[in-house]
Amino acid sequence: MTEIAQNSGAVMAPEVLRVQGLTVSVRSEAGDSPLVQDLSFSLRRGETLAIAGESGSGKSITSLAIMGLLPPPAVRVTAGSVHLGATELTSLPEAQMRSLRGARIAMIFQEPMTSLNPVLTVGAQLTEAIRAHTGASRAEARVQALAALQAVRLSQPERRLQQYPHELSGGMRQRVMIAMALALRPEVLIADEPTTALDVTVQREVLDLLRDLQRDLGTAIILITHDMGVVAEMADRVIVMKSGRAVEEASTAQIFSAPREVYTQDLLAAVPRMGAGKPRDAVGSEVIASLRDVVVRFPLKGGMLGRTTAQVHAVEQVSFDIRRGETFALVGESGCGKSTIAKAMVGLVPHQGRIEIAGQALEGLDRAGTKALRRRVQMVFQDPMAALDPRMTVGDLIAEPLVIHGIGSAVEQRAQAADLMARVGLTADQLDRYPHEFSGGQRQRICIARALALQPDLIIADESVSALDVSVQARVLDLLQALQREFGIAFLFISHDMAVVENISDRVAVMYLGQIVEMGSRAQVFGNPQHAYTRRLIEAVPVPDPSFVRTPAPRLAGEVPSPVHALGQGPVRAQLRDIGAGHLVAL
Amino acid sequence: MTSVAGVNATPQSAWRRLLRRKLAVFGLVLIVLVVAGAVFAPWLAPFPPDMQNFDGLTIEGAPMPPGGAYPMGTDLLGRDLFSRILYGARTSLIIGVVANGLALLIGTLVGITAGYFRGWVGAVLMRFTDLMMAFPALLLAICLAAIFQPSLWIVAMVIALVNWVQTARVIYTETTSLAERDFIAAERTLGAGTGRILFRHILPHLVPMIIVWGTLGISTTVLLEATLSFLGVGVQPPTPSWGNIIYENQTYFQSAPWLVFIPGAAIILLALAFNLVGDALRDVLDPTQRGRS
Repeated sequence: MTEIAQNSGAVMAPEVLRVQGLTVSVRSEAGDSPLVQDLSFSLRRGETLAIAGESGSGKSITSLAIMGLLPPPAVRVTAGSVHLGATELTSLPEAQMRSLRGARIAMIFQEPMTSLNPVLTVGAQLTEAIRAHTGASRAEARVQALAALQAVRLSQPERRLQQYPHELSGGMRQRVMIAMALALRPEVLIADEPTTALDVTVQREVLDLLRDLQRDLGTAIILITHDMGVVAEMADRVIVMKSGRAVEEASTAQIFSAPREVYTQDLLAAVPRMGAGKPRDAVGSEVIASLRDVVVRFPLKGGMLGRTTAQVHAVEQVSFDIRRGETFALVGESGCGKSTIAKAMVGLVPHQGRIEIAGQALEGLDRAGTKALRRRVQMVFQDPMAALDPRMTVGDLIAEPLVIHGIGSAVEQRAQAADLMARVGLTADQLDRYPHEFSGGQRQRICIARALALQPDLIIADESVSALDVSVQARVLDLLQALQREFGIAFLFISHDMAVVENISDRVAVMYLGQIVEMGSRAQVFGNPQHAYTRRLIEAVPVPDPSFVRTPAPRLAGEVPSPVHALGQGPVRAQLRDIGAGHLVAL
Repeated sequence: MTSVAGVNATPQSAWRRLLRRKLAVFGLVLIVLVVAGAVFAPWLAPFPPDMQNFDGLTIEGAPMPPGGAYPMGTDLLGRDLFSRILYGARTSLIIGVVANGLALLIGTLVGITAGYFRGWVGAVLMRFTDLMMAFPALLLAICLAAIFQPSLWIVAMVIALVNWVQTARVIYTETTSLAERDFIAAERTLGAGTGRILFRHILPHLVPMIIVWGTLGISTTVLLEATLSFLGVGVQPPTPSWGNIIYENQTYFQSAPWLVFIPGAAIILLALAFNLVGDALRDVLDPTQRGRS
């Protein structure tokens, strides 16, 4: 624990935070069980320390312990100390702790929407935070608030002060949170997964911003993240945590080049990297799903009579084919319409245009036809906990599609459920358990088993691995590919994670504002990206390699245009042009 | 949390887990006592419920306090209160269980239908519910009771017809949020029909709420019956009900408080008993609560 980054410019800087032997326990019927055990580290001015680890490793609990925000009374610090300068924080009374929070030690959270009060303007919240600590007058606080918004490079800062959180985009809200956190120039900023909920291009901007602000203000940052790419780009030093203990602490360069512990090595090996995709088997020519000029619009109602006044153009004239045994990836940022396409393909939202699954058009099907078609295409959702009925046993959940379609007797259905459990790496004796008794990765396996039950031709995986830890993610991806080889299933893989897509797909379509802007084989799209947006997406991906030097790109402060258009109007339709061998690019 | 592998959520095991909870057992015992008292009232009651006893009043003509031949005292007409409470349990149980159950059934059906289908079906149903809510329940009950000849079953029906609206409202809200959940979308992509989604996947999630409203409804319906009886459109005297015993005797509250206190306590105990059992039932039926006690 004594290693200090030798290559960091912060070596000689004074120490601002020292954590020694920190132990946090949760009280339960069986006595205290530790969530964080014997954690020690120190933080110097201007330094960035990353605490990396998978879910349940205790990294967020550590940050809450430092802030004195542990949920009372069950969870509390049972040993160790936290020194902020000369002040010991763990024994500090709440009243004094409150005056420190925000002023000397600040925190930003993962989800900026839930961290901002929705009924107060951004300006009111900023000035309140400033006045609570400085006793500045309203006018002075307003001037400071404006300066803080300018510092986080928010466009039109005067106007932003008057706006409410819901009027801002996710990236803008996170900038407001950063502005609020840094307005009083705290010595320590704890950033708990600050970019996890953001799109990759927005993440890029927020990370750049944090780095610039740190350089200007000299704030020490504790960066809590599961993303090794973010670690590599931001941190001077890294602590890898597992099950509440620090497994390894070293400089970032050392962690990535020569990790000592097996756990760290495994963690790094599981991180999807661009260009690490294995060559894939050739796919057949039989088209399983075919979309032609598919359009999905959602009406926005307004006025006294609730008439449709505008429309959200979620999907505009999208066409593509998916062949048997192929993995077709749809990538794009939130709100680009990729999930809406998935929903249209399984009939959850109405669409215009033509969708054919296994040669059968979706439009104008009767009830029985729709039900029959459901057997051909199955969906695996992003959050397995939400997608499984919590009141049913896993055995019933997996047998559910068989029951619905009346396949086999009850005994056969149960036997098949047991088979499917084994296929996805679970055991048959877990059939009578409930979803909450499984881990996140296991639950996603259950969803996959259920999707397999009807032996579909196509499985739509909508961000199916995004919510999983990297090591679990890697195993689930391996499982999907093994199943694909065995059953010849085609996948429509929807993701915002460019590295994962690069690793597993045959063909890729990039979506922007409801339209496909580039489509082609993996080699074409990733090896020779033609559209500006594709390039921006690829360049924005954090690279899990500290020695990687990013080519300076212009910082984008602009916002994504809105897909909402007045009735009768619409977006300009992108014309796709073939630039060779099926590589389509929007002009 | 300890995981209990291999335990099926069969009715038997749910029943066993219910019996492991002390408060639930206490509630069950109370309910059994009240039901037994109501069923066996003719054998248990020392006097006929509407018999005016000659020695049932003091020399001044005041009701007798509890003790002696009258374990709970007598009312202003010299009738034995204990006998009236026993017979009154019949009325109150029928109102509390039948009227309340009917109200829950109507409320759940309206709420779940409106919440799942939304659109014009939902709009019509919920606007009707709002209309019913805006209309004073008591006034409506009086109107309905005036139209039909008052009898116990008519009163139960009338109470059900004015009491379903609150249930419909909360069930509607809960259903709209349930219908948006991913596991319902997942069910639809599997090809499940509307009936299956509604009754196999949405209804089980509404059970806790239905139980809570059901147990709360016991006391409100019993009291509404009392109010109707007091206004002369409820259960007709001399048939006793816990509610009309209170209303008959409320003017003597100062001099003979037991006449109000005892039936009041009976109502509270009955509501409490259903509440305890309902609470435990909700936890026992929820698989995510298993292993916690």
